[in-house]
Amino acid sequence: MTTFSARLDLVTESVGGDSPRPRARRLPVAHLGLVPFAGYVVIFLVLPTVLAVFTGLFDKAGHLTMDNFTALGDPVILETFWNSTWLSALTAAVGAVAGAAVCYALLGIPAQHPIRSTVDALAGVLAQFGGVMLAFVFIAAMGRNSVLVEVLSSLGIDLYASSNWLYELPGLILPYLYFQIPLMVITFAPALEAIKPQWAEANLTLGGNRWTFWRRIALPVLAPSFAASFLLLFANSFSAYATAAALASQGSQIVPLQIRAALTSETVLGRENLAGALAFGMIAVMAVVMTCYALIQRRAERWRA
Amino acid sequence: MSRATFYPHPAVRATIATVVGAFVLLPLAATVEFTLRDGDTGHSFVHWAAIFDPTKAEAYKPIWVGLTNSLTLMVVTVAVVLFLLAPTMILVNLKFPKLRRLFEFVALLPVSLPAIVLVVGLTPIYLVIGRTLGTGAWTLAFAYGITVLPFAYRSIQASIDAVNLVTLAEAARSLGASWLTVIRRVLAPNLRGGLMAASLIAVAVVLGEFTIASLLNRQNLQTALMLVNRQDAYVSVVFSLMALLFCFVLLLLIGRTGSIGARGKDR
Repeated sequence: MTTFSARLDLVTESVGGDSPRPRARRLPVAHLGLVPFAGYVVIFLVLPTVLAVFTGLFDKAGHLTMDNFTALGDPVILETFWNSTWLSALTAAVGAVAGAAVCYALLGIPAQHPIRSTVDALAGVLAQFGGVMLAFVFIAAMGRNSVLVEVLSSLGIDLYASSNWLYELPGLILPYLYFQIPLMVITFAPALEAIKPQWAEANLTLGGNRWTFWRRIALPVLAPSFAASFLLLFANSFSAYATAAALASQGSQIVPLQIRAALTSETVLGRENLAGALAFGMIAVMAVVMTCYALIQRRAERWRA
Repeated sequence: MSRATFYPHPAVRATIATVVGAFVLLPLAATVEFTLRDGDTGHSFVHWAAIFDPTKAEAYKPIWVGLTNSLTLMVVTVAVVLFLLAPTMILVNLKFPKLRRLFEFVALLPVSLPAIVLVVGLTPIYLVIGRTLGTGAWTLAFAYGITVLPFAYRSIQASIDAVNLVTLAEAARSLGASWLTVIRRVLAPNLRGGLMAASLIAVAVVLGEFTIASLLNRQNLQTALMLVNRQDAYVSVVFSLMALLFCFVLLLLIGRTGSIGARGKDR
């Protein structure tokens, strides 16, 4: 019975595709299918985003205020935004160059080769390996009692001569690079692999050499992908929280830690709902970065077919 | 041959591999050495064996509670991916192709939304959830479904792009299959690679999640490690290494199923 009606459905559809009756009957059911996911996204993605942006506009009593946003101009807050920015830019730049070098070194190794699948899996793990565990690993590996520090001090180099740097802002650079380089390998590898051997052949036929190939063909083609990957890396470390939360025991040197302080105690700069204003600041930076990313990425994909 | 003009020289390859390899492997090696320390100079597996030491069971209890919570969260998050996200993606691709761009935009949105910002907005929502559904750890899975969304979307969409969904569905329908049968017996097996990859990524992300759990005062593996680390630095490092190894094996598995990103499209 179902078989027959299903076939009949198909026939009516193919014969009189725009006959209004079956359409009108079926569409609402299909639309209903979208409701659960739409509801889920509204409650757990759209609503939190809206709340995060707008809580900064209200004080504790629920009155509209610009107080929290003027706090974004406070020197303390400006400094944390500056710290977050240079930390992200530095780790993104170094990570992008080192990651691109790894992609380059992998050129010519076939996809099925064990080296390739190992590097792929390792990069996938380490790019996700932010967080508390990364902080533990670096404290164990480079803390005051670690074997690395012992070996270096036996060579006459005292890593901790001037400061307890691992637990301060500079201490975040190496752990962040530990997930930035693998992320670059993941995002940039497809671009490098899209370079076609025919381009190198054309370059040779036209009398070029290795230098002209990179300078005149490969680098201009790769530049947008590289820039897009750099922006993704920047956004990645700009939004990282857990590693810093576990490493930096004192103070709130970067924006995410400042938000934690605002969430857990309500006395930061003596303002309420400051977390909302800080969240708004972060979203603004992320929106600019990710919009540029999308625009450049569109440009980059022109060469991938 | 032309290949030689842009493939790296073996010496260059070796140099890059050595420098970056050292940066990646030295901290891990030093960390392993740290967990093997016994007393001031000796080395043994005492800190690894301590995990199952009954006299320390009380001190390590938060870890087991956190691990159990994390496992529950994995199951619920994977369920959100498989039974909420995947069917909706199939529906959109079959019936609402015009919505595909909007859907992609929404699915990739969490990439530009830092977890710490999400927490600011989730705090009031989880106050309501706490009152209605309780404060059980599993409720966090709704938030984790959002953080996993971009990764899961990419893997599943890659699979969808690699098969002709519309033709498959129409063929099955014309042979008399109900929609449930079409999804269960025809589409799901064809999208197995992408669904598998999406689930494994969800597992890896949930295992490592700290920000949301910590600031919403829920206990998972990461918050437990943070707690125990204050008394015993060794056990949290041991668990970190094990989690890393677990995720590495998981990702090797994804690589084998060969469906992450563009590889699914290779013919």
